Amino acid sequence: MFVLMTDVLTFTDRGIYCPAGDFYIDPWKPVDRALITHAHSDHARPGMGNYLATEGTAPVMKHRLGQISIETITYGNEIQIGDAKVSFHPAGHVPGSAQIKVAVKGEVWVVSGDYKTVADGLSEPFEPVQCHAFITECTFGLPIFKWTPQDILATQINDWWAANAAAGKTSILGAYALGKAQRLLATVDPDIGPILTHGAIENTNEVLRNQGIPLPKTTYATADITAKTHPGALVLATPSALGTTWTKRFGPASTAFASGWMALRGVRRRRAADRGFIVSDHADWNGLNDAIKATGATKIFATHGYTTTFQRWLADQGYDAHIVSTDYQGEGLETAEESAT
Amino acid sequence: MKDFATLFTRIDESTKTTVKTAALADYFRTADPSDRLWTIALFTGRRPKRTITATKLRTWAAELAGLPDWLFEDSYSVVGDLAETISLVLPPAAHSTDHSLTYWIDKLKTLSALDEDARKQGIVDAWNSLPNTQRFLFTKLLTGGFRIGVSAKLITRALAQATGQPEPELTHKLMGKWTPDTATWDSLIMADDPTADLSRPYPFYLSYQLDSLDDLGGPTDWNAERKWDGIRGQLIIRGGEHHIWSRGEDLMTDRFPELAQLKDYLPDGTVIDGEVLAFADEKPLSFNALQKRIGRKTVPKKLLAEAPVILMAYDLLEHEGQDIRDTPLKDRRNHLKTLINKAPPEAPIRLSDALPFKTWHDLAKARDQSRDIGAEGLMLKRLDSPYLSGRKRGDWWKWKIDPLTIDAVMIYAQAGHGRRANLFTDYTFAVRDGENLVPFTKAYSGLTDAEFREITGWVRKNTLQKFGPVRQVPAAHVFEIAFEGIQASPRHKSGVALRFPRMLRWRKDKPVDEANTLADLKEMLATYG
Repeated sequence: MFVLMTDVLTFTDRGIYCPAGDFYIDPWKPVDRALITHAHSDHARPGMGNYLATEGTAPVMKHRLGQISIETITYGNEIQIGDAKVSFHPAGHVPGSAQIKVAVKGEVWVVSGDYKTVADGLSEPFEPVQCHAFITECTFGLPIFKWTPQDILATQINDWWAANAAAGKTSILGAYALGKAQRLLATVDPDIGPILTHGAIENTNEVLRNQGIPLPKTTYATADITAKTHPGALVLATPSALGTTWTKRFGPASTAFASGWMALRGVRRRRAADRGFIVSDHADWNGLNDAIKATGATKIFATHGYTTTFQRWLADQGYDAHIVSTDYQGEGLETAEESAT
Repeated sequence: MKDFATLFTRIDESTKTTVKTAALADYFRTADPSDRLWTIALFTGRRPKRTITATKLRTWAAELAGLPDWLFEDSYSVVGDLAETISLVLPPAAHSTDHSLTYWIDKLKTLSALDEDARKQGIVDAWNSLPNTQRFLFTKLLTGGFRIGVSAKLITRALAQATGQPEPELTHKLMGKWTPDTATWDSLIMADDPTADLSRPYPFYLSYQLDSLDDLGGPTDWNAERKWDGIRGQLIIRGGEHHIWSRGEDLMTDRFPELAQLKDYLPDGTVIDGEVLAFADEKPLSFNALQKRIGRKTVPKKLLAEAPVILMAYDLLEHEGQDIRDTPLKDRRNHLKTLINKAPPEAPIRLSDALPFKTWHDLAKARDQSRDIGAEGLMLKRLDSPYLSGRKRGDWWKWKIDPLTIDAVMIYAQAGHGRRANLFTDYTFAVRDGENLVPFTKAYSGLTDAEFREITGWVRKNTLQKFGPVRQVPAAHVFEIAFEGIQASPRHKSGVALRFPRMLRWRKDKPVDEANTLADLKEMLATYG
């Protein structure tokens, strides 16, 4: 185990550790006590003794990890763990996602997990938290990444769907099962046609609906559901299901991906989809910079993404900026859906 | 520019040829004729003269975006396209205009006459007034080729749909030295005068790799010759002038000055398809010798003496001023033979001889000698076939020898750019030398997307050290590297340089200590170098 800092949090080969409270945040190896920012599988991993997560995150974790020992906490509610004061604050990444604030003897550090600063109409909106040190992702930490505003995005997707439906084509949209898929559901206009879902997405929908999150009506695309039974449909599928025989039964179709990587023409073309919608549950360049500024922190740790470039940029801006090596993956287009977003 | 941007978006958003063709055909029917011609020019690699250096564009864009130069460069290395990087980092356009494509190209021409401050102002004003896609396309006019998945073939097909003219005729009209400054839509596309340009080449006929001899039928129907390892070229002698075209529609006339004398030995109205080869003492020199001359517009005397070239002729397309591409290959070759026989031996042209063979087995034996002769394999052409245009299956086959291969260990990985921005696709390979690993080549291609994804995951988890964008990884994976040739190279640590190296397969079954050694590599150099 190597230790970079001996302050409020340290960075170990198991994860981010708080010595004062003897707990880990989003660890990637088994530990006794794990505080979890959100339910994506690179942050919420199996094998921990006890979990602590928000009320919005816990149901998906139980769905994905099975029998686990988990306690829940509401946003903004401060608790004492050992010598540390801990509270969870909305990260705006996916429903239930949190930044975790840890204070020891007046020194405040915040682990942001994954986050985005724009409201997506579904997740609890990102809330800046004042701190001394801010641990940030930078999946899209380059000035080439600037997201399409939500209203323009909605028009783009709805126009695409409506044009396909008019041309007698099914619209197949690739998106991750937790977060992106539901955000798109909240974005599209359900009056255009029926909405069909891949199994992995429908399961997550059900968990979120049970939590009281409103989503438009969707139909799980079982084997007997085809372009004939549901003409002009929008099919939400996991990226890994696109281009497989699973999509065959939907007949003539236009395919699209929804991802931050779609900002790059080269990546768009590699996916060989008809369309690419630029939408991400991670902060874009301006989002990252604004979020960091809003915390008032002087010490910044970049965990995953374009860390080398982003650290240098922050150092240029006068921050005490560092890179820490973690097992988090950010939004990968290529990794299997279970390990990414 | 708006309709050009719409065209670009329709093409870029689709992977289907029919959709792209329809978009182009629509555009060729409705756009301003001058814009149509510029679009053809841009999509066939005839871009306007570069008026502003890439360095200046980078500096101005970084300044306008409020970014330090290094951050702009980091962004560029991820995006892989300068115009795209610029259009992504700039703030949104302040206002919007709608001028034609031709307007912007003319604008660039007027800028080139101005001083630097005025040029900068002109470019910045353009960036500030063009919405995203138009801004990208405008910048593309300044930086380089429009490679957007539109082939010359697709252009001709769309033009055929839009104008009702046959495709081959259009293909021919589009070849040659024209630019939108010397031609108009009417003179180039609509006018019925194919002899207007004496330098105009015929479209090249391209072959497919042979899968199996079984598809060919009896050996008596076929002409077999060596597949020469040079540069494909078309020699045109018309109106007392000569021109040499490459397959990529590059005019290479000045690069090979010794071929100028061929116009003294061959009659006017002759067009020959062949291979430009470095050649001495009636033998081809290695491709390495020719390589020194590629990319040089003028050739120093020393190089002319060291690597003299000839045209290894294999087909005759125009004879006595007549297009004879429809006549059978055997007749064309007979005419070709007669022409070449009339030329003296000092004329830098040879007939690519037909190999005598009775059975396919004889031919396979001849193929096995390819490497000794400096050939890449064999070419098989049906004796009664016409000279077609483009890559067509059936009458012409290349039957290449298998590549050389070596098992090597991956030691460094680097992320690709553009299409491969978020994948580790560029690797450095080493051979064993006792306990050491000696790097000897890089390779980028040959694996499936799934394999690249798997390696990318592994590299992320197993990086030992980062050197800028390069990651050192543990010596754990063995790959079979295929290559076409090997040369001694004092610039490389291993002492060798490979020609066209690529990954043939990922040898998951092989442990690192069974990878090839530096001694193996040296032995290959001695045998094949």
